[in-house]
Amino acid sequence: MVHYAKNIKIKNMKKQISILLLFLFCAFNAYSQDTLKEIKVQAKRKGIQKSYTVTGNTSLITSKELLKAACCNLAESFETNPSIDVNFSDALTGTKQIKMLGLTSPYLMITEENIPSVRGASQAYGLSFTPGTWVESIQITKGAGSVVNGYESISGQINTELLKPLNDVPFFLNAYGSTDSRFELNTHFNKRISDKWATSLFVHGNMRNAKNDMNNDGFLDNPLAKQINVLNRYQYYNAETGWVSFINFRYMNDDKQTGQVNFDPNRDKGTLNYWGSEISTKRLDISNKIGYVFPDMPYQSIGFQNAFDSHDQESYFGLGQYNIKQSSYYSNLIFNSIINNTMNKFSAGLNFTYDNYHEFVNTTDYSRVDNSVGAFFEYTYDNADDFSLIVGGRIDNHNRLGLFVTPRLHLRYNPWEKAVLRFSAGRGKRSANIFAENQPLFASSRIYDILDTNGKIYGLNPEIAWNYGISFLQKFLLFGKSADVGIDFYRTDFQNQAVVDLMQSPQQVLFYNLNGNSFANSLQLEFNYELAKHFNFRSAYKFYDIQTDYLSGRFQKPLQAKHRFFGNLEYETHIGDKGKQWKFDYTFNWIGEQQLPNTSTNPINDRLPEFSPSYSLMNAQITRTFSSTFEVYVGGENIGDYKQDKAILGADDPFGPNFDASIVYAPVFGQMYYAGLRFKIK
Amino acid sequence: MNIKNIIIALVVTFVGLSAQAQEKKNKNAKYTFEVNGNCEQCQKRIQKAAYAVSGVKSASWNIDTHQLSLILNEEKCSPLDVKKAVAKVGHDAEEVKATVEDYDNLHFCCQYDRK
Repeated sequence: MVHYAKNIKIKNMKKQISILLLFLFCAFNAYSQDTLKEIKVQAKRKGIQKSYTVTGNTSLITSKELLKAACCNLAESFETNPSIDVNFSDALTGTKQIKMLGLTSPYLMITEENIPSVRGASQAYGLSFTPGTWVESIQITKGAGSVVNGYESISGQINTELLKPLNDVPFFLNAYGSTDSRFELNTHFNKRISDKWATSLFVHGNMRNAKNDMNNDGFLDNPLAKQINVLNRYQYYNAETGWVSFINFRYMNDDKQTGQVNFDPNRDKGTLNYWGSEISTKRLDISNKIGYVFPDMPYQSIGFQNAFDSHDQESYFGLGQYNIKQSSYYSNLIFNSIINNTMNKFSAGLNFTYDNYHEFVNTTDYSRVDNSVGAFFEYTYDNADDFSLIVGGRIDNHNRLGLFVTPRLHLRYNPWEKAVLRFSAGRGKRSANIFAENQPLFASSRIYDILDTNGKIYGLNPEIAWNYGISFLQKFLLFGKSADVGIDFYRTDFQNQAVVDLMQSPQQVLFYNLNGNSFANSLQLEFNYELAKHFNFRSAYKFYDIQTDYLSGRFQKPLQAKHRFFGNLEYETHIGDKGKQWKFDYTFNWIGEQQLPNTSTNPINDRLPEFSPSYSLMNAQITRTFSSTFEVYVGGENIGDYKQDKAILGADDPFGPNFDASIVYAPVFGQMYYAGLRFKIK
Repeated sequence: MNIKNIIIALVVTFVGLSAQAQEKKNKNAKYTFEVNGNCEQCQKRIQKAAYAVSGVKSASWNIDTHQLSLILNEEKCSPLDVKKAVAKVGHDAEEVKATVEDYDNLHFCCQYDRK
């Protein structure tokens, strides 16, 4: 049986690879007929840019960096970046979770062109809903963020800028295929309507249609998936009058099926035949931005943002059901200007947020309406030399969080040349969507228990945390080549937290208000060096000490490594005749041992040790650029083929009390190879 | 209660600022002239001197073109005031030249070729 399945798998794989190769050749032929156009000589841009003059601890990831890895979607865009850790989420849905300063994405403010994007219902899978090719750049800010976008961010902010219609190429095509049978197709069309209007149409499709079970536990290693994602946007820019605008329309439909290999939804849904799950998400987003820059005062502007989105997820996990529909409206009015001169800038404005949730966990109705209105003011002083400061504050009135103030502070000082010292502090407050954020736990037989009843959010109180951080960065020359060394330390202190307790019992997940202490300390040491021309080395060591007082005592946060090491090597050849170039990239990650959820009371076969073993992962990619319009890439992830020993507890009895597919500390699938191409018409 | 007040305050601020901006254009007069200098250090020194003049709202000096772009409130100062301030820290600004003493006080890498 197993043998037969394997044969089929190998056949499938071969088929996929030959299809892929065929694809590559077809496109290559198409390319060779295309006449080559003039190549612009561009100054070499770095993939990750760090500034010495920006006040916040922000790094900018350019599209160049995103081309260094498979980066099929936003969740996978951080593999070559040390500030963000990409974790492995549950064995079932295959969605990658990201962490910053050791805290998961609900504690980050994730925005798309400064409009909050991954929040509420989309928290678990939202990052996989933005295809990587749409992204122009990503800004990552560690620590307390700006008050302009809201009060929720605690450990950091990730803002994604999408490609802009006014400077995009007329046509772009990306095709991707991998040995875990995932296929992606991205097409971008761009058209200039007039000298002031331009529009883009992005169409993304991905699918995984073959079943993979490399560890032979009878469960799919990766879900079967289908996603169609369409974005149509319009940009208006008028330099004379000072008006600018964006209008976006977006529709997405994502279906996943996972569970036991033999599970057939039509036959087995709602039965005890086989364990299976389907997650179906539909999203509709409409957003609009209007900005006005005063023509005679380039430092003064008004911006007005409006976003409406509807997120509808229907899903079942074995016999359990989870449905959530969120309809949201977000609006932000910002006024930017100066006091006396441009050394003293300020932003002031108003926010309004409305969320209507229809949420059902099995038959329990958690539907509710949340709304908030707030005002913010942020003052920036920059002496145009070696010092700058941002002081921000906001007041919000939220129907569940109450009336509260959010202060934030950022300082920057250049003590000497090519060095920057930064400090930040701030408060964040949020309501934890305990079910939406912890969806991987649905893939277990755990019983959900909310121990508190007096709070306004599922009976719980709002989460409140303070974050403080300090960082230092120094650039210097080492043997005549540029190098930089950085160190940063951040601490997050929870005043209250919606604790997710997996330490009590392997058959339960408990939610309750923090009673005691909960904190996250994170230390990062970074060293980057240009080994030779076009040959760069990047490395980081990260230490995380994240502890929470649970009912059963104080523990390190489960599934969080205390020590991590990151290394990256990139090499590229000189750009040759007609833009020909080779690029090589190699990433190494060492992940130390991680505290695992308590399974000590399970039968011996369904127990995991207290700590996971440490392991390392290697990814590599080779890109061949044939011209400025055509390139091909091949790569591998987890080349060392490290696999988690036992990914699913109680796999032989998925409806029994010990079933748990949520404890994933390492890759389940093993090594994976991919290939793809990028083609554009300029 | 609080919020209402803040909203009102903000709205008043917006209206006030934009009204002011549209009525009196000379509060945001733009000027560009040449200031002699060399490097990033010069840039910082020139801009700092310009900002020190009351009424200067924006000052940026381009290292390549040596042009100083200003936005200033004509009710409070004139381009001549800025030229004088810049010359005082050692940089020749068109008709206003720095004194030999001020020029000699510049860091050696900032000692540009005088015209």
